[in-house]
Amino acid sequence: MLALFRRDILLAVRSGGGFGLALAFFLILVMLVPFGVGPDRAVLARIAPGILWIGALLACLLSLDRVFQLDAEDGTLEALATSPVPLTGLVSAKAAAHWITTGLPLTLASAPLGYLLGLPTSGYLWLVASLGTGTVALSFIGTFGAAITVGIKRGGLLLSLLVLPLYIPTLILGAQVVTRAVSGQSPIASLALLSGLTLLTLALIPAAAAMALRANMR
Amino acid sequence: MMTVTDLDCLRGQKRVLSGVSFSLAAGDCLILRGPNGAGKTTLLRTLAGLSPAPRGTVSATPDDLVYTGHLDAVKPQLTVTENLTFWQGIYQNAPADTLARFDLHELAERPAATLSAGQKRRLGLARLHVSGRRIWLLDEPTTALDADHVARFTAILTDHCSSGGIAIVSTHLDLDLSRAQTLNVADFAAPNGNGSSTSDDPFLQGSY
Repeated sequence: MLALFRRDILLAVRSGGGFGLALAFFLILVMLVPFGVGPDRAVLARIAPGILWIGALLACLLSLDRVFQLDAEDGTLEALATSPVPLTGLVSAKAAAHWITTGLPLTLASAPLGYLLGLPTSGYLWLVASLGTGTVALSFIGTFGAAITVGIKRGGLLLSLLVLPLYIPTLILGAQVVTRAVSGQSPIASLALLSGLTLLTLALIPAAAAMALRANMR
Repeated sequence: MMTVTDLDCLRGQKRVLSGVSFSLAAGDCLILRGPNGAGKTTLLRTLAGLSPAPRGTVSATPDDLVYTGHLDAVKPQLTVTENLTFWQGIYQNAPADTLARFDLHELAERPAATLSAGQKRRLGLARLHVSGRRIWLLDEPTTALDADHVARFTAILTDHCSSGGIAIVSTHLDLDLSRAQTLNVADFAAPNGNGSSTSDDPFLQGSY
């Protein structure tokens, strides 16, 4: 499992692996927003939590179709399925590697981007905390979607359609954490709910995705 | 050591083989024969546990089996050594002579993307040795190998069997294996029009 986790990260940073793509997409998307809505600081500050969260969510979506597709195409997935690594372990290792290569950089980049959008300083810490916990759920839910669409050629669009609705609860809670922190309310309750949601996906997704993989491979 | 009794095999929803039975002792090698589409790959995939078997039993446990299909399971972005190290980590087994056995020494630091089809195949087959498992399920292992390396691989296969391993090989070549038995897959073809598939359930238990 550890070998798989290490290899996935190695593959992501090698040429064509897509590491940094999600991050670059996130940066560009957030920088485009002021061009679209105008330079009014007050407006930007109000919509900043939502923009940052939607940006992170879309950026996360961008690299999901690689999670299983490449391994399925070159036969590695079948070889792994018959190896000592259980399928649930395989799913967990892949989702964890996806988070390290996309969710973590997005989280770290969010604070400077919050400054760019004029997010009040009281929100920075909560922004990083909410993205840090929320993107874990995004990676795991996305891995489930990738497992469902693994047998489909060019399944990227279908994957997005399947996964985006499942992202709604995470998006609502995540953005709420930041909005509450900025408006002076306590964000603890929202962050606790978000963490609970993340833990729930950590517990359920590996088994569900393993089942989907099993059905897709026959 | 490995007994298969009355096994049915599905390709998609369709039953292609029925009543496959054979028994292999340690050291045996079984060659699967049959025309294209007869079900050789389907049988191997069912034995490997990648496809569920609606009926019949396989005595071997999944932990004894290693399967190589038409694809090599080689990552083009990694070098030959990195590919092998990955599989060593997966199988928690690192035999020292893998590179030498599969004649990969000179290629060790090359990215797998620059390998020829035959070299890539050798790297794919090296996974068998890394796995350290007793029962090898090989689907057309000699594709893209030159005559020299076919002979070399036959020697590896003989070596594996004489040390108590079992190999089930689907091939169209005449491999020079002295103790090999032959099974004609076409003999077990399921009767046509057998639409009474009991296993439309995609979550059917029994696949690995």
